[in-house]
Amino acid sequence: MAEKMNLNRVPMPKQEPKVRARNFKEVAQGYTPEMALEEAKRCLQCKKRNCVEGCPVNVRIPEFILALREGRMADAVKELKTNNALPGICGRVCPQETQCESKCTLGKKGAPIAIGRLERFVADWERALPSSQKPPTQIAPPTGKRVAVVGSGPAGLTCAADLAKLGHKVTLFEALHVAGGVLMYGIPEFRLPKEIVQNEVQYVKSLGVDIRLNSVIGKIDTVDELLAAGYDAVFLGTGAGLPMFLNIPGENLNGIYSANEFLTRTNLMKAYLFPEFDTPIKRGKKVAVIGGGNVAMDSARCALRLGAEEVYIVYRRSREEMPARAEEVENAEEEGIIFKFLTNPRKFIGNAQGWVTAMECDEMELGEPDASGRRRPVVKPGGGITMNVDTVVVALGTTPNPLVPSTTKGLETTKKGTVVADEATGKTVKDKVWAGGDVVTGAATVISAMGAGKRAAAAIDAYLKGR
Amino acid sequence: MYKILYREDLTPNIHLFKIEAPAVAKKARAGQFVILMVDEKGERFPLTIADWDRKEGSVSIVFMEVGTSTQKLAKLKAGDSLYAFIGPLGVPTEVEKFGTVVCVAGGFATAIVVPVAKALKQAGNKIISIMGFRNKDLMFWEDKLKACSDELIICTDDGSYGRKALVTEPLKEVLERKEKIDRVIAIGPTIMMKFASATTKPFGVKTIVSLNPIMVDGTGMCGCCRVEVGGKTEFTCVNGPDFDGHKVDWDVLMARQKSYTDEEKRSLALWQEMCKSRMGGKA
Repeated sequence: MAEKMNLNRVPMPKQEPKVRARNFKEVAQGYTPEMALEEAKRCLQCKKRNCVEGCPVNVRIPEFILALREGRMADAVKELKTNNALPGICGRVCPQETQCESKCTLGKKGAPIAIGRLERFVADWERALPSSQKPPTQIAPPTGKRVAVVGSGPAGLTCAADLAKLGHKVTLFEALHVAGGVLMYGIPEFRLPKEIVQNEVQYVKSLGVDIRLNSVIGKIDTVDELLAAGYDAVFLGTGAGLPMFLNIPGENLNGIYSANEFLTRTNLMKAYLFPEFDTPIKRGKKVAVIGGGNVAMDSARCALRLGAEEVYIVYRRSREEMPARAEEVENAEEEGIIFKFLTNPRKFIGNAQGWVTAMECDEMELGEPDASGRRRPVVKPGGGITMNVDTVVVALGTTPNPLVPSTTKGLETTKKGTVVADEATGKTVKDKVWAGGDVVTGAATVISAMGAGKRAAAAIDAYLKGR
Repeated sequence: MYKILYREDLTPNIHLFKIEAPAVAKKARAGQFVILMVDEKGERFPLTIADWDRKEGSVSIVFMEVGTSTQKLAKLKAGDSLYAFIGPLGVPTEVEKFGTVVCVAGGFATAIVVPVAKALKQAGNKIISIMGFRNKDLMFWEDKLKACSDELIICTDDGSYGRKALVTEPLKEVLERKEKIDRVIAIGPTIMMKFASATTKPFGVKTIVSLNPIMVDGTGMCGCCRVEVGGKTEFTCVNGPDFDGHKVDWDVLMARQKSYTDEEKRSLALWQEMCKSRMGGKA
């Protein structure tokens, strides 16, 4: 071991900012085998597995990295998939910097090992294999129990996959015409190619999960009717799909979108390929995106790729308070997104045809910390600014869709509309019903939803086996 | 897949499709709608349910050829399938014994008024129906509406059948009669619903309209269908499509319906070009 440890991680190739700002192809292009090997060599294989503890689904990180660097790729896949049914997705969209990578021993002296990039490399290696050569997954013998999973986003897919592996018969209900939830309608193609999502959905299907698309639970059967029809347990992973608006004058003018609508048209309905695809979207020249989270970054970067000349992120607090991942903010800035901090819209102005033309904003300053611990933005007295815009995307966050909670008897919900469930097990107060992901926590991350789906699957399995 | 079990051309450009969709049929009620997609590249667009048969597991929709999506849909035959068919969405029309209800149907919306009138009739109401079409050739379902109405008034814009009038004229006359009218249901083109609501307002009769804004998901997720009712923003897909016509901000609705006029023209021109070249290829 004469070789000196490299304290820097191997960088991942990315499309040039100027080029990528005008296409929907994936920004980060993944490691080559040589890069992956070089990065994997940096892993210290610590006895105390801090990285695993930092992962909401406890991916067997040291094991998969070891297999990878020893050239045992099939083993690397197996280790990775033991606890994570969706590695191609997690490798791309997990905030590793605050989870597994933040616990890495290497991080004390240099850069932590790039776990996410290696995860992605292994998942992509498997995806490229012909199906006959893919490492098989062990599925337990049938238990004869049936579980209904409602919602096919990250929580639902994970819960369904784990239960299927344990031998239960799982039906997964999805309201939209494709499975994947927010992974399909929300996260853009350039960050998470839809082919990768569908590939992982196929994997979940291959475990025996029966996916029923176009099925809005609460409108077709209710949860109670599912139970009456013989399902032994129900998991609710219906997410946080209801958009919040500013509730200020002029918000219903044409050209003002919720981020959900803007992203759904763009990603799910492929409006960026209009008119080859039938769903249109307004291709604004001057676009303002309101909000400072990942969804705001995604919306702004989509607007740019749709051909906007100027795209603004308008955020009422300052840079430090932005909830978006640092990497996404950096990507957005590189591409030319303009940040307007301490600015908050108070009124939209439209033309005679009902289209938005401008946005009046208050200038803000930071006051005392609020409940979130961040300094509260307060209106600076006097003045304000007017921004000329032809498209606005409101990305203030989402709350749970009440469709299922409101049609399910005996479910407890909070004022925010979230379903009350035990954090460790996902158990709700209603008999035979579990819940997890954004419907319980409010809008959060893909991986935390997956963690909740996983814990609920374990709890449901224990219940079904009478333990 | 959602098989087309039966197709009927009610007029040259208004069609009825009976779709195999047992889960939707099981729960469908008057006033609710479905979202459908013709093919993988298609739009998600809403159509109000015209009829259903729980035993057969079918749902019927009636649509008029307008843009790309409805023209694509009209190309399908019995035996073909739709790519997606989601429902029943929205809140069903409020049905109880009100007394006397006037049901106003404008154009192809007659197909949606019929199940509502039927349900209201079954609930014990006296039904006075008014149906209006541009001309005689565009008319359909006179018999169906008649069957669930105590009185049926027909008018056409050009006088080619029934009275020469817009629906608002007989509506006003009915309201001026000595008889107490407890509720009006007006469903049709937005402009007709706007004027029907304006007609009933001075009489103080509660008027329910079924709004038809642009939608994407139809389950409360996107907010594309937001409308202003009584100064409040409502999502038509989950809180409607029925609203109090006296409280709807019709200007906002009509402006929002025109959000994609240019794109719709472009899309339609492309589709028609494609149809032409395909026909040419065959010949």
